[in-house]
Amino acid sequence: MGNENSSATPTSGEADFGRKAAMALLAQATVQEMKDFWAHWANKPQVETLRGPETGLVMMRGRIGGGGAPFNLGEATVMRATVRLGDGAVGHAYALGRSSEKVRLAAIFDALWQEPAYRQTVEETVLAPIAQRLNDNLEDRRAETAATKVDFFTMVRGDN
Amino acid sequence: MYVAVKGGEAAIRNAHKLLGDRRRGDRSLPAIGLDQIVEQLALAVDRVMAEGSLYDTELAALAVKQARGDMIEAIFLVRAYRTTLPRFGYTRPVETSQMAIERRISATFKDLPGGQLLGPTFDYTHRLLDPELAEDGIVETPERRVEVREHTPRVTDILGHDGMIEADGDMPEGVETGDLTREPLSFPLERDLRLQALARGDEGFLLGLAYSTQRGYGRSHPFAGEIRIGEVEIELEVAELDFPLTLGRIRVTECQMINQFKGSSKQPPQFTRGYGLVFGQSERKSMSMALCDRALRARELGEDITAAAQDEEFVISHSDNVQSTGFVEHLKLPHYVDFQAELDLVRRMRGEHERRESENSETKEAAE
Repeated sequence: MGNENSSATPTSGEADFGRKAAMALLAQATVQEMKDFWAHWANKPQVETLRGPETGLVMMRGRIGGGGAPFNLGEATVMRATVRLGDGAVGHAYALGRSSEKVRLAAIFDALWQEPAYRQTVEETVLAPIAQRLNDNLEDRRAETAATKVDFFTMVRGDN
Repeated sequence: MYVAVKGGEAAIRNAHKLLGDRRRGDRSLPAIGLDQIVEQLALAVDRVMAEGSLYDTELAALAVKQARGDMIEAIFLVRAYRTTLPRFGYTRPVETSQMAIERRISATFKDLPGGQLLGPTFDYTHRLLDPELAEDGIVETPERRVEVREHTPRVTDILGHDGMIEADGDMPEGVETGDLTREPLSFPLERDLRLQALARGDEGFLLGLAYSTQRGYGRSHPFAGEIRIGEVEIELEVAELDFPLTLGRIRVTECQMINQFKGSSKQPPQFTRGYGLVFGQSERKSMSMALCDRALRARELGEDITAAAQDEEFVISHSDNVQSTGFVEHLKLPHYVDFQAELDLVRRMRGEHERRESENSETKEAAE
């Protein structure tokens, strides 16, 4: 999978957690969110597509017994793209599903995030709203599931 | 002499056109949309993803629509599609202990940390058809309960502390995880390959086999230790980045079956386990998978192999419904030449049989 641009994106150990979290959010954005954020992005950079967007598969794995040795569970569709901005920043994106536009835009935002001048704007106007929506969904699911929790009670029987 | 015969192109073309018409049905009704199938026939979509062995709700919905609701045909379509795509890699194993839980029950412990969470279940419904669903009535929003987040440990970990239950399954050191989509199966299999085959196996076939173990054919005294349904994160390591990349989340159903085990020459008495993990909300399938997984461990655990469900080659060779339907349904295809040969053979045997009969009766008459 190594390709022409892999060396163009040196990823320092320090920044990885931040970029990992940023890319995770971009992967879970909807295509509509990506389009809206891009539509509102001022001063759009020049974008050159280095790879894709292209569809492929990943083989997903489980663990025997839940925590043991890995086994192959089944595949999922994945879309990926790599772009280069006019100033040279390279962005990657991978996401489950087959939305090419979402992944192309996600790669652009990944590239923008890596530039100190744009990082804060990406975090505030793109990543934060995605994180908020994901968190709201999770809280909804959690509260709705919690309402189905069984509260056991013991019937007190009389002496007879 | 072999004579190749051509023909039927027009008939086939017209048959497929007719199929398209019948699939659409009454034009005065609105066509069903993929989003409607994904949202409202979600468990059909889940089954197609599980047995098609491809997680993609929209593609599975398209397959259901194209197959007119024929599940095995839909699964076949999904399997065919996946062969057209390159593979980007193998993900990290999903961590079901970190699942965003939507349902979680245990039949072995009443009061377990995290509690019994029923979720969106058919259990405890009265299985009475609901005429209100025939109309597009208003559906109430679900109840909510906001509470302090409680840790929800896996039941098998709770039991594991005192050695009463075996550990999660390990594979021998240095063994590469088997992949039946890359290498043809060769028996006997390791447990990883069996689980891969079971995860994509036909729900009905595995359900029947699981039921057979309960009825005494390879009895294994099972308890549903835990069933959990929810979303897990998918992470992939890629060459261009030096950290595992989150690709998104998928819904899975996990079943931990716990089985009584009186011990054998190889193992002390303790609880053993069968494991089920299936795409989507597929409780019946994950339970059947777990029961079959346990039954198929007979050899490993030194049990007598007496029943069909314990026979690895039998179970795994016949669990794939695309393979099964391929071989059963190929009988529909022209076998004109084969049958002609058989017909000649039967005629010849019949002639010989009649000749022998008449010779016998002549000998008998002469003797009299």
